[in-house]
Amino acid sequence: MSGLDLTLKIWRQKSSVDNGGFETYDVKGLNSHMSFLEMMDVLNEQLVTQNKEPVAFDHDCREGICGMCSMVINGRPHGPLKGTTTCQLHMRHFNNGDIITIEPWRAKAFPVIKDLVVDRSSFDRIIQSGGYISVNTGSAPDGNAIPIPKDIAEEAFDAAACIGCGACVATCKNASASLFVSAKVSQLSLLPQGQPERKERVNKMVAQMDSEGFGHCTNTGACEVECPKEISIEYIRKMNLDYNVNNIKS
Amino acid sequence: MILDSKIPDGPLESKWTKYKSTVPLVSPANKRKLEIIVVGTGLAGASAASSLAEMGYQVKSFCFQDSPRRAHSIAAQGGINAAKNYQNDGDSVYRLFYDTIKGGDYRSREANVYRLAEVSASIIDQCVAQGVPFAREYGGTLDNRSFGGVQVSRTFYARGQTGQQLLLGAYSALSRQISKGNVKMYNRHEMVDIVKIDGKARGVIVRNLLTGEFNRHFGHAVVLATGGYGNVYYLSTNAMGSNVTAAWKAYKKGAAFSNPCFTQIHPTCIPVSGEYQSKLTLMSESLRNDGRIWVPKKKGDNRSPNEIPEEERDYYLERRYPAFGNLVPRDVASRAAKERCDEGYGVGETGLAVYLDFENAINRLGKDIVSARYGNLFAMYDKITGDDPYSTPMRIFPAVHYTMGGLWVDYDLMTTVPGLYAIGECNFSDHGANRLGASALMQGLADGYFVLPYTIGKYLSQDIRTTPIKTDHEAFVEAENDAKERNKKLLNNNGNRSVESFHRDLGKIVWDYCGMSRNESSLVTAIEDIKQLREKFWKDVKVLGDEKSYNPELDKAGRVADFFELGELMMRDALERNESCGGHFREEYQTKEGEALRDDEEYTFASTWEFKGVNHPPILHKEDLDFKTVHPTQRSYK
Ligand SMILES: Cc1cc2nc3c(=O)[nH]c(=O)nc-3n(C[C@H](O)[C@H](O)[C@H](O)COP(=O)(O)OP(=O)(O)OC[C@H]3O[C@@H](n4cnc5c(N)ncnc54)[C@H](O)[C@@H]3O)c2cc1C
Ligand code: FES
Repeated sequence: MSGLDLTLKIWRQKSSVDNGGFETYDVKGLNSHMSFLEMMDVLNEQLVTQNKEPVAFDHDCREGICGMCSMVINGRPHGPLKGTTTCQLHMRHFNNGDIITIEPWRAKAFPVIKDLVVDRSSFDRIIQSGGYISVNTGSAPDGNAIPIPKDIAEEAFDAAACIGCGACVATCKNASASLFVSAKVSQLSLLPQGQPERKERVNKMVAQMDSEGFGHCTNTGACEVECPKEISIEYIRKMNLDYNVNNIKS
Repeated sequence: MILDSKIPDGPLESKWTKYKSTVPLVSPANKRKLEIIVVGTGLAGASAASSLAEMGYQVKSFCFQDSPRRAHSIAAQGGINAAKNYQNDGDSVYRLFYDTIKGGDYRSREANVYRLAEVSASIIDQCVAQGVPFAREYGGTLDNRSFGGVQVSRTFYARGQTGQQLLLGAYSALSRQISKGNVKMYNRHEMVDIVKIDGKARGVIVRNLLTGEFNRHFGHAVVLATGGYGNVYYLSTNAMGSNVTAAWKAYKKGAAFSNPCFTQIHPTCIPVSGEYQSKLTLMSESLRNDGRIWVPKKKGDNRSPNEIPEEERDYYLERRYPAFGNLVPRDVASRAAKERCDEGYGVGETGLAVYLDFENAINRLGKDIVSARYGNLFAMYDKITGDDPYSTPMRIFPAVHYTMGGLWVDYDLMTTVPGLYAIGECNFSDHGANRLGASALMQGLADGYFVLPYTIGKYLSQDIRTTPIKTDHEAFVEAENDAKERNKKLLNNNGNRSVESFHRDLGKIVWDYCGMSRNESSLVTAIEDIKQLREKFWKDVKVLGDEKSYNPELDKAGRVADFFELGELMMRDALERNESCGGHFREEYQTKEGEALRDDEEYTFASTWEFKGVNHPPILHKEDLDFKTVHPTQRSYK
């Protein structure tokens, strides 16, 4: 197996108040079966032996589902592969001698904490503002009491597949969170269980999104392209429709 | 230490109903004054925190990820069991109970398991009401699939992302309580110790991972929902951050730890591809519903799989277990794969893999149906390995997946420390020596939504007069100082080896000696090996960065330090249990055909360990398991 030699230009930033800047590192002899994050592990072990502080980055499941990993690779959130999180990207998609730039998500609502780690708690606050169905434990009717057509269930699932990573925000020139918000809004407004709070939900979530400092959606569609779960921009249209109907009436 | 399981009297079927209707209640006015700490926001923790808050308690919730939604439960793929009998195939509470007891190889507690089966149906109702998009039939009703080790279809699923959808449901309930101010959420906080006052759990010390600050939190009760410890093996299907620290600190503060050596090795994972490997990826067990497992009949046959004709393939599970075939339980399937590979029939570069083949299924059902069922798993496999499972069989190998062992709890889910509860994967309660597929999600949500909220009232109803204890109490100060000391020691160690390299070496020892098979002499050696490596760790480990800012290396070092101590306890536990049962296979105890040989006379108990100091052997206590309803027989899947 031929080893892969790479030059990495990585954003290093000590803390949220530090200015930060790029540092360049060489890594050599990598196996092309490695994942991108395993490549980062190799770099970090190398840094430890050189008495340099390892690069901080978020990750946990390494299976593309927790939404924790978040790197902008050569200018693209989660790198070059369609429908793929950083942790699921493998080195076989890079060539010997490549120079790879690695940066954190950049958005006003996602301040950098350290190196490649950002604060995405604004997403949690959006969900807290109304991204749920109000049902207390123990008060639910039988699961089959409300039949839901298969296609509706499937469509709700497609929206629910969002992993909350924030790539949509990172790639949007306005740093809008519309794809994230609309995915949750649509999942719940497609389902019969979600109807009672439908109006209120979209209003509250949109208001929270705005107050967190996310920008407005101008329909460029970049979010859909970079979303590792390929969530459709159609949900933004659906959300806007719900929102407008509410606010024209009232 | 006295182990009182507090199982209610009366017939098995009415224990829980009677308990619920007679358990003391806490009045709404008093609930508002009672504070509960819930550590962990996986299925168990998020469901418990939200339910307790809905009931009126004041809840504080902690997780080490940047959001509660990212707990390891998010990664569960296959599904969740429930005795709904929607398929009219003969399922019932009793059958789910029976399958779980049998699947656990008769090493779990009847009363707890029965209750689990009993509440399972409500879980599905609750999740549907939250908007969890489960798979549906064309008529709009809920769909089911069957899962390894059972003969009914009782598994509910949401494509291959059931854990994600269930967790997002629980997270939404939690978010609602956070917005109402009933739960105070602490993300990126790690619990580093339990605080005990007058013998009771009264709080925790947590570290803010971003600032390095230590904080003290009081609680009338403390609930641990901190997940499993599979990462002691270094390589496992668990998320990278999964760790034993919270449970381990509890153990060191007097909570007994049961059956640490009962670990589950999942048969269908993507094989290791090199030294750099950081984790292993599970390929859902549901694949065994349609995939067939085989190896070449000829040793060292290195033709490509498609060139090996049908009659030269050994479908060894179908051969050895005609009744269950490819659907035998996990422990049986894993050992059978190991047996073939040990004998030299393994495939792939390392010889440590077997084939999981969909050719028959594609011919029988068509590519579209196979893709509808498993498309996302096939894509994931392709992404990781670069191979296309539609045209060439997958290569799979067993990997560490789940830990049945954990903190000992009684029927109330309370540990041996009064006021300290353990729920979800971090307790030992329901799965005995082996867990059935799709039952961990069920247990986590059962504990959190439907069991703990009742049982905790029994304890708290006696505690309504306790006013919050100030956190300048010496017990808090002492616990915080201990934690600080430990971090200082790690940071000032000036060693020469990375934390990662120590973890990798520890994992190799635990995998080699306490993995798919174990034997006396190697366990004895392993105990010494681990001790030596632990000493080296404390002498040579190098942790860079400082304690006042975000420092993932430091966090990891603390977790690995605890894994060392746990690893040693696992070896002791495995050494002490002179029988083979479930995930614990002792080479000395097997039948002529190589099947596990249980010893019910001597070992029908939960091995429960009491901590006596890092350099002192722990004390073993036995909780005898009394089978009144099910009669243990040899598990046969033939
Ligand atoms: C790949 C994979 C697939 C699976 N598929 C299935 C399946 O299909 N069906 C099934 O039934 N089971 C499945 N399982 C098992 C199941 O997912 C787990 O057993 C279950 O989700 C555990 O839930 P939990 O709530 O107990 O813990 P976890 O989800 O692990 O949550 C632990 C929580 O504790 C927190 N925590 C831990 N330590 C600390 C600390 N010291 N301080 C603060 N917080 C802490 C974490 O932040 C996290 O929030 C699967 C497991 C894996 C690995
Ligand atoms: S680490 Fe979980 S999605 Fe990448």
